[in-house]
Amino acid sequence: MAQTLAEKIIASHVGKEVRPGELVLTEVDLIYAHDLSGPLAISQLEAIGFKGFKRPERIVFFLDHASPVSTRQAANDHKRIREFAGEHEVRFYDVGNGVSHQVAVEELVKPGQIVVGGDSHTCHGGALAAFATGMGSTDVAMTMYLGRTWLRVPPSQRFFLHGTTPAGVYPKDMMLHIIGKISVSGATYKAMEFVGPVIDQMPMYHRMVFPNMAVEAGAKVGLVPSDEQTKLYLAEHGRAGDYTPWAADPGAQYQEEYDIDVSRLEPQIACPHNVDNVKPVSEVGYVQVHQVYLGTCTNGRLEDFREAAAVLKGHKVARGVRLVATPASRDVYMKAAREGIWDIILEAGGLVNSPGCGACPGVQTGILADDENCLSTLNRNFKGRMGNPKANIYLASPATCAAGALAGEIVDVRKQVKHGR
Amino acid sequence: MAAKRGRAWTFPANVSTDLIFPGRYVEFLSDNAKLRSITLCDAREEFAPNVKPGDFVVADDNFGMGSSREQAALMMKLCGLSAVVAKSFARIFFRNCINVGVPAIELDTSDIQDGDELEVQLEAGRLINHTRGRTYEFPPLPSVMTRILEDGGLVAHIKKHGDFVV
Repeated sequence: MAQTLAEKIIASHVGKEVRPGELVLTEVDLIYAHDLSGPLAISQLEAIGFKGFKRPERIVFFLDHASPVSTRQAANDHKRIREFAGEHEVRFYDVGNGVSHQVAVEELVKPGQIVVGGDSHTCHGGALAAFATGMGSTDVAMTMYLGRTWLRVPPSQRFFLHGTTPAGVYPKDMMLHIIGKISVSGATYKAMEFVGPVIDQMPMYHRMVFPNMAVEAGAKVGLVPSDEQTKLYLAEHGRAGDYTPWAADPGAQYQEEYDIDVSRLEPQIACPHNVDNVKPVSEVGYVQVHQVYLGTCTNGRLEDFREAAAVLKGHKVARGVRLVATPASRDVYMKAAREGIWDIILEAGGLVNSPGCGACPGVQTGILADDENCLSTLNRNFKGRMGNPKANIYLASPATCAAGALAGEIVDVRKQVKHGR
Repeated sequence: MAAKRGRAWTFPANVSTDLIFPGRYVEFLSDNAKLRSITLCDAREEFAPNVKPGDFVVADDNFGMGSSREQAALMMKLCGLSAVVAKSFARIFFRNCINVGVPAIELDTSDIQDGDELEVQLEAGRLINHTRGRTYEFPPLPSVMTRILEDGGLVAHIKKHGDFVV
């Protein structure tokens, strides 16, 4: 029987065809936790009388949320994780290496794998055609302990993206448009599969936005088939040998199919306080911007900063606007430095932080004041997300965010680029 | 989980884990008493100071959307809730509830008003609304989740069986 990409990956692990709704027990190829999910995971491992990992090569700990730490408690949590990872000889990424999900796609995740991470954006790994899904600390701990987990095979949705991408429109605009269309629960428990000529032609750094934000529609996983672009990306990171081709079978059954013509899209903004409160920029009206935050696992890659820098180059941010940039990984940080991207951001009046989650989880480096508006490339705009429930978060592409920093309000980047140069 | 009866605390659709456990309280991560004291503080300030063991959280669609922070589910347990009832749940939160040993029940909650007196009969798949004299039925959880819940959570389940019992 023809199978979707999600079904194929699970089937390859359990040794038989699977159907949506079926419960399976499956081996997991890569399991990770970070500094917020890690401490409880370690406690649960201790609670079960854990003595050591059967397959330590599958286990990874990252310190990315507080990076570097700003409280004594976080410092102690970090110390505990650092010592635990050392004692059990598992892979460990200390502060400064970047967001777990981005480091994982650069160095660890392979097409066709099943990946479990203690963070909701673990679905990021779907960009490499891996069945990557987020879970809580106890699930992660038990999966680390046993090397496997249980899953309910998700029904799949197919998003077919076609048309000509207009200038000023980026994958972030497309994904916000999709979430606006299907809602924040439109993919709950499901697998979102992103295909079509627009995806085929997209380089990996652009593709990553779609699986990354799949959880914002409630999805279990977001998947992009692996192809020449995947191969290229893996080769760029010294992992050409990790490539295998994965795609759904022709004729696979989808619970829903969506046809997305990108040709008439304009830049999109997700307005407070839900990711599906999406409007084309022309319908947003006047919104003053107090902070612009560029970064996160969603849009913190080299090319995202290139796109922002192209708008910022030779200009200054508007008076009263803080522009904060945080690269998603050490690799991004170094490459952007060599290219002079940080020079452009610094000359524009912005600042650049060390790699990691930065201001996104609302615990550091860019908490908002009451009644302030933040325009950001991050993935969710929930009330309180950036540390203050009285502040507002607007989501957009890196280019739209950069244009907002220069104007001091939300603007159409297509117009800004025209008269800005 | 002794108490199975208590009042309903209603919540709208799309209550995020940031509303249940805001990131600004990250230092409470491993402190259960403090965690309990801020449960759902950004959704309904009066909830945490007034919730009693046996009470119910009753929500519209997509309760617990967003982050995987397990503390959000743990807080439901720390409050001593009989169950969390919603039209639908975000999947990670749902799984976390079962793993920490809190019944998460999916059913149409439109009829339930804030303050209604509820009683849950898990094995029978029934939620009784004593205030309105109505009974709502809900389907059983996937088999593995029923076992985990019966065993008192995922750690106890694995301790008992040595593996997931699917």
